[in-house]
Amino acid sequence: MTKTLNISRRGFIVGTGATGLTIVVLGACTPSSKDDAVNLDPNDEVNAWVHIDHDDTVTIRIARSEMGQGTLTGLAQLVAEELDCDWKNVTTEYPTPGQNLARERVWGAFSTGGSRGIRDSHQYVREGAAAARIMLVEAAATEWGVPASECSVSDGIITHTGSGKKTSYGKVAGAASKLAPPLEVTLKDPSEWKVAGQPKLRLDTAEKLTGKQVYGADLQLDGMLNAAIRQAPKIGATLKSFDASAVQNMPGVKKVVSVRNPFGAENNAVAVIADTWWRANKALEALPVEWEGGVDFSTDEFEAELNDGLTSDDAFVGNASGDLETAFAGADQIVDVTYNMPFQNHATMEPMNATALWTEDKCEVWCPTQDGESALAATAEEAGIPIEQCEVYKIHLGGGFGRRGAPDYVKQAVMLAKEMPGTPIKLLWSREEDMMHGFFHPTTKGRMRGALDADGNLTGFHMRISGQSILAALMPQALQDGVDFATFQGLFPAGVNPRMEDQSIKYSFDNFLIDHAMRNPPVRPGFWRGVNLNQNAIYLECFMDELAVAAGRDPLEFRLAHLKDSPKTAAVLQAVADQAGWGSNDGKHRGLCAMYGFGSYVAACAEVTVSDDGDLKIDRIVAATDPGTAVNPQQIEAQVEGSFVYGLSALLYGEITFENGEAQQKNFDTFDSLRIAAMPKVETIVMPSGGFWGGVGEPTIAVAAPAVLNAIYAATGKRIRNLPIKDQNLREA
Amino acid sequence: MATLKINGETKTVDVEEDTPLLWVIREQLGMTGTKYGCGIAQCGTCTVHVDGQAVRSCVYPVGALSGDENITTIEGLSEDASHPVQQAWAELDIPQCGYCQSGMIMAVSALLKETPNPTDEDIDAAISNICRCGTLARVRKGIHLAVKKA
Repeated sequence: MTKTLNISRRGFIVGTGATGLTIVVLGACTPSSKDDAVNLDPNDEVNAWVHIDHDDTVTIRIARSEMGQGTLTGLAQLVAEELDCDWKNVTTEYPTPGQNLARERVWGAFSTGGSRGIRDSHQYVREGAAAARIMLVEAAATEWGVPASECSVSDGIITHTGSGKKTSYGKVAGAASKLAPPLEVTLKDPSEWKVAGQPKLRLDTAEKLTGKQVYGADLQLDGMLNAAIRQAPKIGATLKSFDASAVQNMPGVKKVVSVRNPFGAENNAVAVIADTWWRANKALEALPVEWEGGVDFSTDEFEAELNDGLTSDDAFVGNASGDLETAFAGADQIVDVTYNMPFQNHATMEPMNATALWTEDKCEVWCPTQDGESALAATAEEAGIPIEQCEVYKIHLGGGFGRRGAPDYVKQAVMLAKEMPGTPIKLLWSREEDMMHGFFHPTTKGRMRGALDADGNLTGFHMRISGQSILAALMPQALQDGVDFATFQGLFPAGVNPRMEDQSIKYSFDNFLIDHAMRNPPVRPGFWRGVNLNQNAIYLECFMDELAVAAGRDPLEFRLAHLKDSPKTAAVLQAVADQAGWGSNDGKHRGLCAMYGFGSYVAACAEVTVSDDGDLKIDRIVAATDPGTAVNPQQIEAQVEGSFVYGLSALLYGEITFENGEAQQKNFDTFDSLRIAAMPKVETIVMPSGGFWGGVGEPTIAVAAPAVLNAIYAATGKRIRNLPIKDQNLREA
Repeated sequence: MATLKINGETKTVDVEEDTPLLWVIREQLGMTGTKYGCGIAQCGTCTVHVDGQAVRSCVYPVGALSGDENITTIEGLSEDASHPVQQAWAELDIPQCGYCQSGMIMAVSALLKETPNPTDEDIDAAISNICRCGTLARVRKGIHLAVKKA
């Protein structure tokens, strides 16, 4: 449930202007200005994480962004658990990045990515809630003149054991807020959990069933104008000229402006500001624009560079052990295959957007973002105003998948707002802009060579990844001696790099080398749900399948033989095999995959049918995940199901190609996504083994595609190594 | 100028005739439950009912309306989220980011009006909305549950 908010405090009234129709927008996350922002006065809260009203409504502050992944509900469950409040009384609100800055980052990081929303923050969030509980009990005990140790609490009701006196959190919250926080708290063991760990329904569903949920694209502010933007279609091109006079008399048009590249000095876009977005975009389509310069990049031509990287002597070593040369020299059989992964677009359902209001001494932005703090920094930088005088209001995200960690669209909105001081400007990208100007999942190829002895044992293994580095483009300061360690997600050695500990390989090989020949195209790469684990899982797990077949061994047995040092990986793999009926002689065609990523152990077994004509039907996928700790099992299931739609969409259709420096796929007609008719039945086994906190939103994407590819081989005897599958005939491949 | 009967009310809007119904609903009428996703009738986030039929409003020019059609948006599907599809969606906790769900719910409610107890094949043929969060497995369950709640 979500609390019906008090309009005077948290709601606001806005007019649409065009019709005089007035609507009321409600939502904790949608203040209309700094003055109306949720008042997070430290004197009016138990502590930073918890506010309790006189009517016992518990408002839990959530620093991480909610974009569908369920983190908001999961974090609230953890707070409610340690607080011992009544779950029915819980609602949530986002503190703003500006408030976090003013209060010395009391809410920690806002960044929401890498499946880290819960696993990175649960400790201090739970400690904050436990501290609040202690303060509330102490406030009641003080009022009654009894020791706090004689009081107990359940569902937000405090009871003095001796006298039977009772009071509720709402009645003592004011007194509690004046108390000093405890120096130490003891957290509950997950085995004691009653709210956390339960399959609670999400707190943010009701508004999504009635159209009331406000997304950034829906924001309406008093006096607001709308902007549509066209960015240089060719990579690196700049704006040469445009003829505003051709469109300035079109209905609703207010201003036509050039827009500077958010990452460079030159103008690389043009925008039309109008009363409505439709009119702005229509004028933009009619606007004569000339571009100049740019890079003649072509994905077809770039393939030669990727191929060069596959055989180059020069490569960064990610993981290595033993003597590869001797292993291959003594091999009875060598398996040598190459797979590829094309560029992918995030394609969030809600295109990029942000609304900005700029005056000389203040700049406010309303936007869907995966990182409110970086959005605030970008706002201040672009506004040319001290950060303390800027504010970002996070609006619920219509999808994120990594795309909304980048603040390019935020900066553009601020640039436009500076053109019209005092007027809020909502910038909304068209789908075409969104598709062409993404931060694309990078393109790579993987060449794997395996040495097998006469008994079918793997004696040598080499994986060469050739292709783009995300870090080299986005955060070169994070490279270590030139190495992009993130390239080796799922392949890194354990115990070497703390930042990669949650991405290590779990197979044990005797002699092996995993290296990366960096080949960087001029295309802007980005972190795309699952990131490099996706293609690395295809490379590793399709190859393990190929090796098993070459060795004449069962793919399950072959994998398990190399998982002796990782019983948790073996456990999820065995679980899917058992439930799917692996090895049963029932005429079904199955494929397996197991990986470790984002701190969780995951596996899948796919079942497919391939018709005589080569048409694919993915009938069923059994998935298992061991995230250590399961905060909300039904939301974990939802994430697994959803991750398969994302991963299978990429496998089946997803591909951005470039010609003459321009993305060739501009909308969902050419960049398709899985529809319900192609959706397999998904059975999810959530098997938390305890003792650690793994991620949930991303890891299982990686196992969908390899499991399906391996099942296709089982059905057809053909290997599909070029992705996406798209138009390939699976019988003739 | 265009006149629309929408969610039981008659509205007159001053707008160019080629303006898609989607943008009239969102910008002239201020009802933002209906979403923009692609603008080319591919993704279905903009689905509304025109005389009970599911229509992708992003490519439906308002000038093509006679003014007599009954248009229903997500805001008008029920007064209080009591439509069987909304009830089923709540029970199964279907939405993730939720951006596509207005369109999904409108597409499904139109299907159930025409085919009150659809088979999986009927669902496959009728529902082609895109959901990038990937709620599709639960959407299928939700459709079957909504049949029971009707």
